[in-house]
Amino acid sequence: MKTIQFREAVCEAMSEEMRADDSIYLMGEEVAEYNGAYKASKGMLDEFGPKRVIDTPIAELGFAGIGVGSTMTGCRPIVEFMTFNFALVGIDQIINNAAKIRQMSGGQFKCPIVFRGPTASAGQLAATHSQAFESWFANTPGLKVIVPSNPYDAKGLLKSAIRDDDPVIFMESEQMYGDKGEVPEGEYVIPIGVADIKREGTDVTIVSFGKIIKEAYKAAEELEKEGISCEIIDLRTVRPMDHDAILNSVKKTNRLVILEEAWPFGNVATEITYQVQSKAFDYLDAPIVKINTADTPAPYSPVLLEEWLPNSNDVIKAVKKVMYK
Amino acid sequence: MQKITKEVYLNWYEDMLFWRKFEDKLAAVYIQQKVRGFLHLYNGQEAVLAGALHAMDLSKDKMITAYRNHVQPIGMGVDPKRVMAELYGKATGTSQGLGGSMHIFSKEHGFYGGHGIVGGQIPLGAGMAFGDKYHETGAVTLCYMGDGAVRQGSLHETFNMAMNWKLPVVFVCENNGYAMGTSVERTANHTDIWKLGLGYEMPCGPVDGMNPVKVAEAMHEAIERARRGDGPTFLEMKTYRYRGHSMSDAQHYRTKDEVEEYKKIDPINQVKDIILEKKYATEADIKKIDKRVKDLVSECEKFAEESPWPEKSLMYDAVYEQEDYPFLQHKL
Repeated sequence: MKTIQFREAVCEAMSEEMRADDSIYLMGEEVAEYNGAYKASKGMLDEFGPKRVIDTPIAELGFAGIGVGSTMTGCRPIVEFMTFNFALVGIDQIINNAAKIRQMSGGQFKCPIVFRGPTASAGQLAATHSQAFESWFANTPGLKVIVPSNPYDAKGLLKSAIRDDDPVIFMESEQMYGDKGEVPEGEYVIPIGVADIKREGTDVTIVSFGKIIKEAYKAAEELEKEGISCEIIDLRTVRPMDHDAILNSVKKTNRLVILEEAWPFGNVATEITYQVQSKAFDYLDAPIVKINTADTPAPYSPVLLEEWLPNSNDVIKAVKKVMYK
Repeated sequence: MQKITKEVYLNWYEDMLFWRKFEDKLAAVYIQQKVRGFLHLYNGQEAVLAGALHAMDLSKDKMITAYRNHVQPIGMGVDPKRVMAELYGKATGTSQGLGGSMHIFSKEHGFYGGHGIVGGQIPLGAGMAFGDKYHETGAVTLCYMGDGAVRQGSLHETFNMAMNWKLPVVFVCENNGYAMGTSVERTANHTDIWKLGLGYEMPCGPVDGMNPVKVAEAMHEAIERARRGDGPTFLEMKTYRYRGHSMSDAQHYRTKDEVEEYKKIDPINQVKDIILEKKYATEADIKKIDKRVKDLVSECEKFAEESPWPEKSLMYDAVYEQEDYPFLQHKL
């Protein structure tokens, strides 16, 4: 094993796959000469040259669509958004073209493309730079949505995403790129659609994904001191979702808390809540609690942002509620 | 460019007439509610397709357009029976009934759709050209759009990158005068759409879109420019549609006189006049062609009528390449 940063995991995954398959290219703002806005493509221009590592103008709609179009003539693009907040001006190309070209053509065209970049908040970036659209993309048939939480998962899942023949939304975080973690020296992949039990426990199940899962880790440490054992499931893939992993855990603990950095209306946690009540109703000893961001745009002021964003104290409170403590 | 011979004129006449009668048949069966959804017909614009096909290398060049898209794939070689069946929603259709009127596709014949969002296909066309340049295939993409689409931001972002990267694509605006019911004059401060290319230093110009010879000449120059690596061209085809935007269009935005004026320069009649004038064929020969066209349209209708409906499982099979994708249950 070796210890690398999250950004290096992303870079290794892309580089290894590009060495193996000439039809893969990387395109986006600042990915080439600048080495990536967050240095996730550091050194790739030098290795692969300007034909395969391509700086674009600031035109997300245009380059998202060019990426999709190039899949129709044999390319396998990785399109980087500097953040998924900026993907909104190109979302027509993702929802109406990438996700539908196979279905509309009766299976004649596949669309092997990866859209990747950071999601959700990253400090005091205010309303337009702090949004999490996992549930928007996950709502759309035709797409797959992956949100890793550590370097190991990021590398293994990004390699799978690049190899996948369907369009994949791969969501990272500005606040995770510097995170360090162990990855194997050799080649490995992690299958799409398989959740991971990050911490085993017996009293409560906490389901989460992406960088916010760290708040669940902190909460579980605290709760352990009080004798409460938390099982933490990292979804890793939001669509398709690993329902079995959640249900199996809930059948064991009989209590569920969901932690998701997203607005509360109709989000990923809502979907999990529906699935669990319909398939494990009789196993539940308490109503499910979900923890989200406030139902407002993200505020700038540190005092307000702290209130807006879920934290470990919110998780502790929720766990105690489902434990009736 | 290949010479425009007697055979070319005769083929143009038969093809364009077939496209028009095919669309007329669709209008008729639409009224009978055998074809549903939206239906956008190509009548009047046939020369834009006929001229382009003459200039293309159909062994590798590709075409993409918006939702007025029934006859282009036929021109590129797709069996018209399968296009008709697609509109009927039958399993024998080009997309097995999943696409309908707005989404005709044929990878085999280089027709890449068939797209429903105005302007959404413009970056796709550039992307197709990007892939061909990337793989050095020597193919050129013809990316069509209507006059409504040129007001979308997608055109401008795509023009910029296509020029910057010298992509082998020809952007073709079919200016038929109206974006649905809004005339070109009402959508911008200028009316010479081709001039939009100037801001990107893209070779551009207007073309008489009612004359297949003029279209073929302009297309040839643009396609060869793209093929030799000199990048995109933007052509504004000045054309006209005789029918409404779609079948529900009452056409209050224009006069009947205006439509009649354009019918005087009808592309099919222009070609027919040349054929008769140059004695490429007699009136009797023309009648034989007309009969063939009528019979083929009837065959298409019969095929579509008699074709089976798709299996319900197709709805799931077509979404993902992954064969065992775990779809959510949508009802009990």
